[in-house]
Amino acid sequence: MTPDPDVDAAAEAACAAGAEQAEMVHEVDGPTTYPRWDWLRPGRMPHIWCSGCGLGSVTSYFIEAVKRANIPRERIAVVSGIGCTGRIAGYLNVDSFHTTHGRAIPFATGLSLARPKMRVVVFSGDGDLFAIGGNHLIHAARRNLDLVVVCVNNFNYGMTGGQLGPTTPLHARSSTSPYGNYEHPFNLSHMAYAAGATYVARWTTFHANQLISTMAEALNRYGFSFIEVLAPCPTGYGRPNKIGTGLEEMRFYKDHSVIMHNIEPSEAVIDIHSRIVLGKFVDIQKTTYYRTMLEGVSRAKRVV
Amino acid sequence: MRAEYAMKGRWFMNGDNAIAEGALAAGCRFFAGYPITPATEIAEHMAERMPQVGGIFIQMEDEISSMAAILGAAWGGLRSMTATSGPGFSLMMENYGLGYVTETPTVVVNVMRGGPSTGLPTLVGQADVMQARWGTHGDIQAIALSPQSPQEAFDLTLRAFDLSERFRTPVVLLADESIGHMTELVTIPSPEDIELVARRAPTVPPDKWMPYRADEDLVPSMPSAGEGYGIVITGLTHDERGYPVITSEAHEAMLQRLNDKIVKYRDEIIDNEEFMLADADIVVVANGISSRPATRAVKLARARGVRAGMLRMRTLWPFPEEAIAALAGRVKAFVVPEINMGQMALEVQRAAAGRAPVKHIGCSGRIHLPEEVLAAIEEVAK
Repeated sequence: MTPDPDVDAAAEAACAAGAEQAEMVHEVDGPTTYPRWDWLRPGRMPHIWCSGCGLGSVTSYFIEAVKRANIPRERIAVVSGIGCTGRIAGYLNVDSFHTTHGRAIPFATGLSLARPKMRVVVFSGDGDLFAIGGNHLIHAARRNLDLVVVCVNNFNYGMTGGQLGPTTPLHARSSTSPYGNYEHPFNLSHMAYAAGATYVARWTTFHANQLISTMAEALNRYGFSFIEVLAPCPTGYGRPNKIGTGLEEMRFYKDHSVIMHNIEPSEAVIDIHSRIVLGKFVDIQKTTYYRTMLEGVSRAKRVV
Repeated sequence: MRAEYAMKGRWFMNGDNAIAEGALAAGCRFFAGYPITPATEIAEHMAERMPQVGGIFIQMEDEISSMAAILGAAWGGLRSMTATSGPGFSLMMENYGLGYVTETPTVVVNVMRGGPSTGLPTLVGQADVMQARWGTHGDIQAIALSPQSPQEAFDLTLRAFDLSERFRTPVVLLADESIGHMTELVTIPSPEDIELVARRAPTVPPDKWMPYRADEDLVPSMPSAGEGYGIVITGLTHDERGYPVITSEAHEAMLQRLNDKIVKYRDEIIDNEEFMLADADIVVVANGISSRPATRAVKLARARGVRAGMLRMRTLWPFPEEAIAALAGRVKAFVVPEINMGQMALEVQRAAAGRAPVKHIGCSGRIHLPEEVLAAIEEVAK
């Protein structure tokens, strides 16, 4: 290639400017105006989420919920799988475990049984928890393990660039459904309930107060709690489906949601074009795995 | 550190049960597993025994979740184990890699049967040797042990736990169907006679602690969840703080330390048995059940005037390259009987580096006859 002094100089200048900018980005670590800064792990900001994404809000709501539930920091563990939501664990300044794709729940199972006094929370996305990890979710719900599972449902695989997932509405466009999605989506809350979850609720990132209260309530109860949070993904889902910005999607949630507590979960539909049913659908008591296990263990002849 | 398990004494016990007892003696207090022949007896024994010693047994929905659960329990402060066979071992591979990269001490038992795929559920195999080394994606250094008897199944399970704590890494016990289902005398020592390697607790307060800041021997300390350390682990490439760093430099530094913490201390790990090796011309390299017909073959060869000996590999990984290389300089040939199409033989060949020929004798779904090994010894002795 022939050397071109003009191009080389321009490239070098651009490169230097880029490096400077990159450095500036990494220096953003401590806008102390954020009131829950101490709950974020030092040096981890800025986060990787797109502007308009709902995950930052969900993270804030969760911190608020932990404080409201009055659980000391050292008694909280957050386990995540892979994906955009999977990054929440690493940002929180608590014992946090960023595991493999779909396997947050079984990892959390071991952790929770080994540390029954801790509140183990699983944060992951709809693809992680219901596609690759679907088997674990239904079995953990069936066992009624002491876990709080927060599933952020953004109707697509965001981290990999907007592919269809188990929640993508029929006919919706994604990078792997360019002619519209051929698949029927799961109703996550109904599925969690059918599998045995003893607490099931659904909110959107617009419903901050309700979501905080629900998470706080779940943190202070035993058994398998499932909280579905609808969150905008303007990059992966919003753009191809012409939903608009994150803010516009929030407005859609505001305008199209109906709150119906205690509704039969099979009727708690999400019709992305007309109506989204929200609320606390299930809150029942059932013997937990841990309690049943302790009963069983008491029948064993202790040798030590 | 010692564990109470109350089953000392002499027992007539199969290898699978001996593995379970070895784990309990090592202080294992969390077992997650999924039924699979020929390893199911380990889960059954654990289901009965764990509650007796105050431990936890859970039958998971598959082997993927079993492997994930034992990692979670390890971070919860318990010694943990799972047990499986070939198909389940395949399913565990991704989370085995998570265990490696997050430096989680745990023990994975694979009672090998014939593969690939569903293969021979009830018949013996030794074809997962390379899977134990390279089964998960990416570069790893594996530790894998191979017992020859129910007694050794007990002893090596105990050792597997010690090594997993010493090196803060998952350790594989590669038993085979014959060892798992063979019943022999097993002597279990008193708890006071078993000194266990304790988990390395942090020596600095939580605000100074970093999950991957290693001590001088390249192994970092490990607290448990709930102790206020703010543990942060990820399967992503990470720095000392445990934060994801997606650069080639960070990846190289992480992989190098993970590699070196095992490779540099491999003499601590490798523990192989020499049998009639001092003056041997022909060296049989064998492990697991194959070492038993091989022992007979070596004796038969000696009786016929052939100076045969055996290097019995109790440690499969790290591979004893120095020992093989030293032998290659003075012996006439190696004979490697394995219940596979040739796996460990390739490693022997590599370490021998052309200085002595290597003859592999394979079989499938059965144990070698001593006569087959003898014939191979005599052939290379000519």
